[in-house]
Amino acid sequence: MIKSISVRRSQGTQYIADLRAADPVGFRGKPVIGEAACASACAACLAACPSQAIALDPVRIDLGRCVLCGDCEPACPTGKIGFNNDFKLAATRRDALTVSAAHPDIDPVQVSAALHKRFGRSLKLRSVSAGGCNGCEMEINALGNVNFDLGRYGIDIVASPRHADGLVLSGPISRNMAEALQICWEAMPEPKLVIAVGACAISGGVFAERGSLDRHFLETFKPALYLPGCPTHPLTFISGIMDLLGIRG
Amino acid sequence: MNTAQALLLADLRSIAPTSLPVFAQRCADRLKAGDRLVSLFGRPGHGTREPGVVATAVLQPVSGELAVLRAYGEAGEHYPSMTASFPAAQIVERELWEQTGLHPVGHPWLKPVRFEGERQQRMADYPFFKVRGQEVHEVGVGPIHASVIEPGHFRFMCLGERVHHLEIQLGYQHRGVESLLLQRDPLRLAPLVESIVGDSAVAYAWGYCAAIEALTDSPVAVEAELSRGVALEMERIAIHVATLNGLATDIAFLQGGGTYGRLRTAIINATQRICGNRFGRGWLRPGHARGLSADQRQDLIRTLTAFARDFAEVNDLLLGSRSVRARFQGTGVLDTKTALDLGLVGLVARASGVAVDARTQLPGRLYGARPIELRTEAEGDCWARMKLRMREVDASVAWLLKALGDAAPDAAARTGAVKPALRAEALCVSVIEGTRGPVVQVLETAPDGRLLHYKVQDPSLSNWFGLAMAVRENDISDFPICNKSFDLSYCGNDL
Repeated sequence: MIKSISVRRSQGTQYIADLRAADPVGFRGKPVIGEAACASACAACLAACPSQAIALDPVRIDLGRCVLCGDCEPACPTGKIGFNNDFKLAATRRDALTVSAAHPDIDPVQVSAALHKRFGRSLKLRSVSAGGCNGCEMEINALGNVNFDLGRYGIDIVASPRHADGLVLSGPISRNMAEALQICWEAMPEPKLVIAVGACAISGGVFAERGSLDRHFLETFKPALYLPGCPTHPLTFISGIMDLLGIRG
Repeated sequence: MNTAQALLLADLRSIAPTSLPVFAQRCADRLKAGDRLVSLFGRPGHGTREPGVVATAVLQPVSGELAVLRAYGEAGEHYPSMTASFPAAQIVERELWEQTGLHPVGHPWLKPVRFEGERQQRMADYPFFKVRGQEVHEVGVGPIHASVIEPGHFRFMCLGERVHHLEIQLGYQHRGVESLLLQRDPLRLAPLVESIVGDSAVAYAWGYCAAIEALTDSPVAVEAELSRGVALEMERIAIHVATLNGLATDIAFLQGGGTYGRLRTAIINATQRICGNRFGRGWLRPGHARGLSADQRQDLIRTLTAFARDFAEVNDLLLGSRSVRARFQGTGVLDTKTALDLGLVGLVARASGVAVDARTQLPGRLYGARPIELRTEAEGDCWARMKLRMREVDASVAWLLKALGDAAPDAAARTGAVKPALRAEALCVSVIEGTRGPVVQVLETAPDGRLLHYKVQDPSLSNWFGLAMAVRENDISDFPICNKSFDLSYCGNDL
């Protein structure tokens, strides 16, 4: 009993009061593309990118593919590419995830009045890892810890798809997992939504275009929310979902 | 022998391949003499000189350096299985069979490892054992489980509540990692290697970097290696603490869960402050590692010191609690002989009294100069595995505080680019003791210096069978804590 009180005292207050205003020191988050001109006929960033996230003329980065490895930054001879610790990377449209010098910000998540009304005070999520590397999965688990405490907004990860309103998809969808994913989705009652977590789920990430993947599921069921990252930072997840549901915080 | 971390660089021109039966006999002889089978794998023959399949075995003698044996074979060719005499070979023989078609005759358990290649999407075809009898029933769980966890199918054959046998079917996470590694610039594989097992990104990246540096003859500075060691031990602490969190939560010891959760946050956020990512991605690249400035070292020392105090406190609470003892002690026992016979590795083996740790047995330059204490537990139950995680975290913290407090591994850790060409006809083995055990990576180059084969072997590959043995004769309701106490990797098995 005394030990328990002592552990409790050491614990103090751990939750992040205002998650949207958090400052994840050092986090390699949003790519920042400067105005500097590219070196002549240079494609060093393309060669450095492990997931074909970069396109040229003008330089732009697709956060649906980007794994935030940062390898393009030292590769660029003109210092045009950098990263800041902005974690607000979520989007409701796939094409909103591309940033460039002219379009430095991801389009804000569109608050859905219908989703706000239905799920704004209670959203139950079922996580499915389909070829994930346990990076996104560990970060999804971290959502429930005392620091992020996602449950305070009525958002919970649940065990049964029967209880779930949303499917949290991580991983590039391996062929061996495609059927189980489909079965899980079909077991969820309407209305329901898909949330794509991490570069793998959004685009295949570093595994894109592999024969060992089967991404048909996403051709049929378009995600309501895209959460970039590798893995997706818990703050990206929470701020994205709060924005989608119009939760003030 | 290279001076870098646990590495063998062999000139393939000096290793003559034998026929498959001779190869199997030599492997068996060495296993009989006490060697451990580090890896056994094959690849399709290259060019016109080689036959259909080239097999390679990497063995670790009781003392001395790693040894390599090679064989030529053809798909479908039979050889006498080693598994009946040396169960440790069971999983690698199965993998060799699945990947190349070399057939181990007499293998008692020849089942798919991960359903790769042509076998994909045939998960329903898994040849489960059948247990018959009036009192017998089967319970199938997964691939999708109740919590946020990777997929795998567990089939329990039970007598009442008692598990008679557990079959574990994996492969759901198969992404085709090994073939993908051959399709890209070998010097730029780090982000992909970090995604093989995302919670062991540092261990994998280090093994990859060490192999590339050896193959390009581009050794890194001592400071860079120290920085890598710091990254690896931070990773170990983070994952062990996550497992302790899971163990506490699984037995509804919520205060433990809450405390371990925030303690892990402190560690991974400190990792993020060094390298930009909570999982250590980007800390290591071929030729360099993140430099640690005096301020960053102080930051890490402060974080670890505060962590160690509260970690000890909550451990004391857990270990002193009767309900925790009642749940973990005597549950999921894996005895020393079984662990040895099955060739189990890493923490799981150490918790069953087997003193194996690449950091002490193949220490390389860093752990040779800065040894880390090898710790074991005798009992082999869930309690032992939990306690050993706590003690290994303590050892890592002590190691880190000493390393960070000693002379400056400053920004100089960034030592520059590796040379562009890989040494031709070479075989490079790196072994890094990650959180779960030795991460083995074997890179082979062709006569033209191209990367010919990239073998990845996660410690979980062999350890999954240990879990199946540990739950025998336990109540089925104890499976979650047994599974969590092993905390094995699904994607590491599935690749």
